[in-house]
Amino acid sequence: MKTINNVSRRKFLKGLGISTSALVLSVNLPGLSLLPKAFAAKDSSEKFVPNVYVEISSDNVVSIIVHRSEMGQGIRTSIPMIVADELEADWQQIKVIQGLGDKKYGSQNTDGSRSIRDFYKPLREAGASARMMLEQAAAQLWQVPVSECSALSGTVTHLNTQKTVDFGALVTIASTLPVPKSEDVVLKNKADFKFIGKSDIKLVDGQNIVTGRATYGFDVELENMVYVVIARPPVLASKVKSVDDSQTMKIKGVIKVIQLADIEEPVGFKPLGGVAVVATNTWAAIKGREALKIEWELSNHETYNSKTYKDALKASCDNATTILRDKGDAVSALAQASSVIKAEYYVPALIHVPMEPPAATAHYHDGILDAWACVQAPQVAQATVAQAVGLPPEKVFINVTLLGGGFGRKSKPDFVAEAAVISKQLKLPVKVIWTREDEIQNGYYHAVSYQKLEAGLNQNNQITSWFHKAALPPISSTFNINAKVIQFEADLGMIDMPYDIANIRCAAGKADAHIRIGWMRSVTNINQAFAVCSFADEIAHARKENPQDNLLKLLGDDRYINVNQEKAKYGNYGEKLTEYPIDTARLKQALNKVAELAKFTPVKKNGNGMGIAVHRSFTSYVGCVVEVSKNTKGYVKIEKIWMSIDSGTVVNPERVISQMEGAAIFGISLTLFGEITAKDGAIEQSNFDNYRIARMNEVPPIDVEIITNDNPPGGVGEPGVPPVAPAICNAIFAATGIRYRELPLTQYNII
Amino acid sequence: MFTLNINSKPHEVDEDGDMPLLWVLRDILKYTGTKYGCGKGLCGACTVHIDGIATPSCVLPISVLAESKITTIEGLSGNGNHPVQQAWQALNVPQCGYCQPGQIMSAAALLAENSSPNDEQIERAMSGNICRCGTYPRIKQAIYLATEIKGS
Repeated sequence: MKTINNVSRRKFLKGLGISTSALVLSVNLPGLSLLPKAFAAKDSSEKFVPNVYVEISSDNVVSIIVHRSEMGQGIRTSIPMIVADELEADWQQIKVIQGLGDKKYGSQNTDGSRSIRDFYKPLREAGASARMMLEQAAAQLWQVPVSECSALSGTVTHLNTQKTVDFGALVTIASTLPVPKSEDVVLKNKADFKFIGKSDIKLVDGQNIVTGRATYGFDVELENMVYVVIARPPVLASKVKSVDDSQTMKIKGVIKVIQLADIEEPVGFKPLGGVAVVATNTWAAIKGREALKIEWELSNHETYNSKTYKDALKASCDNATTILRDKGDAVSALAQASSVIKAEYYVPALIHVPMEPPAATAHYHDGILDAWACVQAPQVAQATVAQAVGLPPEKVFINVTLLGGGFGRKSKPDFVAEAAVISKQLKLPVKVIWTREDEIQNGYYHAVSYQKLEAGLNQNNQITSWFHKAALPPISSTFNINAKVIQFEADLGMIDMPYDIANIRCAAGKADAHIRIGWMRSVTNINQAFAVCSFADEIAHARKENPQDNLLKLLGDDRYINVNQEKAKYGNYGEKLTEYPIDTARLKQALNKVAELAKFTPVKKNGNGMGIAVHRSFTSYVGCVVEVSKNTKGYVKIEKIWMSIDSGTVVNPERVISQMEGAAIFGISLTLFGEITAKDGAIEQSNFDNYRIARMNEVPPIDVEIITNDNPPGGVGEPGVPPVAPAICNAIFAATGIRYRELPLTQYNII
Repeated sequence: MFTLNINSKPHEVDEDGDMPLLWVLRDILKYTGTKYGCGKGLCGACTVHIDGIATPSCVLPISVLAESKITTIEGLSGNGNHPVQQAWQALNVPQCGYCQPGQIMSAAALLAENSSPNDEQIERAMSGNICRCGTYPRIKQAIYLATEIKGS
């Protein structure tokens, strides 16, 4: 990995909060009024820029522009692996540059587990076309046919004479050449890959991370910057009635108190309003906020109480009139069944808690807005900020820092808009930071859900009908106050239920939203896979069948499932079903692989229970086995987790494994501890003491195996999460005979 | 005015004594490697060494630190080559990386005290550090690797 040579420059930029990797782009930044002229001058080296993802300079540095946000999934390593491989660059000459928010890159929304899925091919083509142009340039330089020129590890070789030339020496000629047409681009053969699919690549940000030099949203520092924390309404869409800041203004370091504009619903990504405390440091701002006396005019969301809301969701399931999938006649089949199994599941609201809460730095000046922020969706941030400060989007520059975790929270750029609005008002660079309490109490929540499932069996113990009802507030309620029924959420583990059953109905009831509903890692797959994969285990028990055999039977023959033929509108994570089918053969393979890995048996000789689940999401297939022990006092302990993943073509296997490890632990946290509740409209949890995250001593060893094949790349960041909760509860059932259908498990005093 | 000994250098700080070390490090002295995670001493993201002991800095007022030797992630090693830092990189421990300076400081303090900790000792020493990405299995492996690097 090429590091930047000019140490003084690096230091200076670090002081500005610009990560060193943003260096090249930074010369084009308007924020550069802050830079001494010498540094702001255009780079003197010549550049070959064949496309938006690659820049090769005459000093032989290959810059790869990563347009997706890094939040721990390893994308700043994996994208360069793809491009460098096709380009035939030497890994040592690579420099990684974080792309600004800009539509020229295509979608930058780093969510939905789609960075590799959507960009594998375009990034390969970007690398390959640059390589072909460099070979063409060498051919021109040597006056030989291009067929005799071949790129290899940062140089082009003339095959007949073994003459070589560095990429850097070819940039002038290459810049004059036409970019090959997409259909003429020749991609490498898989056998020739040097980086793609290899496990020995070190993280590009590893050294900066372990030395504390990596720059996150929280770490951005600008000259003359002020620090801001905001007292936001405790109940959504409430207004400030009065504010007394007399005690606040006495605190050393507090500069100013600003009452922000009240929010109007729908809330979308708009700032939440409230009162901002502006100070010379974060601590003064926090103390200043504590000293505010604010009277709120509470909105009617103050009627929101989690206890009664749960009952309302339950009742709504019985009035689930929106049919989302209908095959055969599930209602009649249930009526005619020789026996019916019923179960109800409840998953409370959840929140992301990335270790770094939201933070954004903004500077409104000279008719433009510069922002540095930990955002998953910089173009969405750009549009949101532009609207908030009344600038055209092209005058808004979103610099993406590293994200200290995202999990969906940082797709929502409300915090960037807050910084932008306050900077515009103060005419100063402003850093808005969210405390942990802010993050937990003013978030975009994973929706609380209630689900009722019924399955009808015939006399031969075959499942002939399946009826799945759900009630939960939809994400669309954040953008449309009249939205009360889920839509795309049903695609995530409900209507794509893959069991081979003649009569199936999936339906949803209405639910009012009283908090901002948003997406969190794997979204409604969390609750829907919990219900479906738990219920499948209940069927196994009712049929007195081994859970693995039961699942194989339910999955049925190898086939592609097209639920669109069953009165459903299935989004398939934005992919075509022809390219990314729902493939029961791959589900069974993931199931059998993880069972084999774990040596799955429901009850081990030592009395430990094993639970199994398999689930397709984000076009990938994940199997999970959990082993739990129990002691004489009735406590259970997770002893081990095994995961299998089939995500088709894999670019960076080492990061796939780390994502599965992380997903298993994310699943443990939400299963054991995760619960957000509201009382009189306000969130009751506030920090890690009452919103617990699994710690090292609560996490077992995790074994992961990747199933390799040549299918197109699937998602990785999210699909590991959904099967974990049901596998844990299935394991507890195997060990104890007790079925837990409501999360989190801490309420049962068994952990 | 307080004089703090940070990374073996004196630093003059003109702030109230109740300001937690975390914010002095980050906002006043610009040592941003030490991270905010909770502000309540619950997550360990802000862990530094106070006289060699791993300590959360977010609830530690600077008024009590006059006599203390403070080490931050920036001062853990000359060039990022502490055995723990080496092991972290060798095993690609970080995911998002945000909690890792705190994890590394806790691990380094453990190894300074116990050159060959077992699983239970590692878990006890590290249970104050939350990682939301879920890097615990790798952290544990890396601590074992660091003991080997240190021993060699």
